[in-house]
Amino acid sequence: MMSFGINKRAVQAVASLVGLAAIWQIASLFFPPFLFPPVTAIAKYVWEILTSWEMFLDVLMTSGRIFGGLMGAFVVGGFLALLLYSSRTLENYISPILTFLQGIPALSWVVIAIIWFHGVEFRIFFIMLMTTLPAFTFQILGAIRSMSKDLYEMTLSFRPRRMQLFRMLYLPTLIPDIITAWRVNLGNAARVVVVAELVGATGGVGYQLLRQQQLFDMAGAIAWTLQLVLFVLVMQQILTFLENHFLRYRAVSERA
Amino acid sequence: MTNVVEFTSVRKTFRSQTDGGDFVAVDDLTFNVAKGEIVAVLGKTGCGKSTMFNLLSGLIAPTSGTVRTNGHDPFTDFEYFRGRIGIVFQNDRLMPWRTALDNVLLGLEILDRPRQESVEIAKGWLARLGLSAHENDYPHALSGGMRQRVSLARAFAVQPELLLCDEPFSALDEMTARDLRAEFVRITKQNHNTALFITHSINEALEIGDRIVVFHRPAKIAFEARLTKDTSEQEKVQLREKIIEVLAGEKRMA
Repeated sequence: MMSFGINKRAVQAVASLVGLAAIWQIASLFFPPFLFPPVTAIAKYVWEILTSWEMFLDVLMTSGRIFGGLMGAFVVGGFLALLLYSSRTLENYISPILTFLQGIPALSWVVIAIIWFHGVEFRIFFIMLMTTLPAFTFQILGAIRSMSKDLYEMTLSFRPRRMQLFRMLYLPTLIPDIITAWRVNLGNAARVVVVAELVGATGGVGYQLLRQQQLFDMAGAIAWTLQLVLFVLVMQQILTFLENHFLRYRAVSERA
Repeated sequence: MTNVVEFTSVRKTFRSQTDGGDFVAVDDLTFNVAKGEIVAVLGKTGCGKSTMFNLLSGLIAPTSGTVRTNGHDPFTDFEYFRGRIGIVFQNDRLMPWRTALDNVLLGLEILDRPRQESVEIAKGWLARLGLSAHENDYPHALSGGMRQRVSLARAFAVQPELLLCDEPFSALDEMTARDLRAEFVRITKQNHNTALFITHSINEALEIGDRIVVFHRPAKIAFEARLTKDTSEQEKVQLREKIIEVLAGEKRMA
């Protein structure tokens, strides 16, 4: 019954994407190729990217930047969240700064990074870090705060060491929220990395998009965009796999 | 006889959230629990039973007076009490991400016992409590009674010197609660554990306790009685009436 439901959903999802491609194809019959290139031309370009090592390297480069930036923000954000949790005073000082940082647009960080730093990779890492750090910090802090007091007291009654408490209680409690935080920030990071690569990078999907714009090549622009979408989809699938693995204890109805 | 638990003139106050004044939860409480004794603590809701429980488990410190378990302060001697106190809470407090077996293993893991030995101990306790077939089930798949059995196994598995039970069977149906009470007394006696059992049910106190202590608000002993194997049903009925009288007396005083 459930697998039928999942299959039905998958069929509907594929059908909607096929429908979108069909509409695009119809539009390509009425508009010039630089506005609406045929789907076959886009598919050919996508295939070319996937099969050419030189071009695929740009996809890997962008993927690495996204992953690196997110990992950096996750580690720093997790550490900050623990600090804020341990001291209300510290939270009173740091929270407003994080809220302030949240309000700064990604493009502003790009400009600031270009003025402040020389290295391209560090610039991009900095932009990724600054745009995703507040969200990671607040999400992890919220997860720590919502931890069950009952389970905390119960675990404490066995007198665990600090690391045992972290491993046996904190980490399993935080995992669902950590996965959600990664899901939310992944989409955000994929958008930001392109903006960062547009300005100043010499490789990556953002750089390639800039080139397609200069060449007025819509098929190329769509094909490179699809690479990014594909990366996000793959990452989401990995997160779903991790979620199913770590949250297997939950009733199926709860997980769904 | 050696005392495992010693409360001496213990007072515990909390700052009131509403008027900022002090709220007295425990007032000049003095009592002991001897080694191997099961003491049932009775009292109405809000009489400070749980505060006394938290003092004893080291979760809070007394405002004045001393609390000692085996001569040690449960609040400050954090390390000393590793594996020496087993607690069964009102709700089962099972970790939802651990199977029944892994939940029982929790205390043993914290005590750094060898894995193989721990698994054998945990499986043994689950078997004694009739849960062998559910070792690998997650808590959500277990009934309320089964879950509370797992939490009992978790407390017993570390072979604690002192067992603290905070109304552990109050959320269960009467039949399940009665079975578990009998199980609890049997195991506690077999293992020569000392136990402090908090309850608001007079019948439960009479079924479980070697000694019954009745609390008045704020936690202060209003009445106590000792039960033995020779205590007859008639004497239990009289004791029950006396306890009701003591509890009702508090209401009149209030």
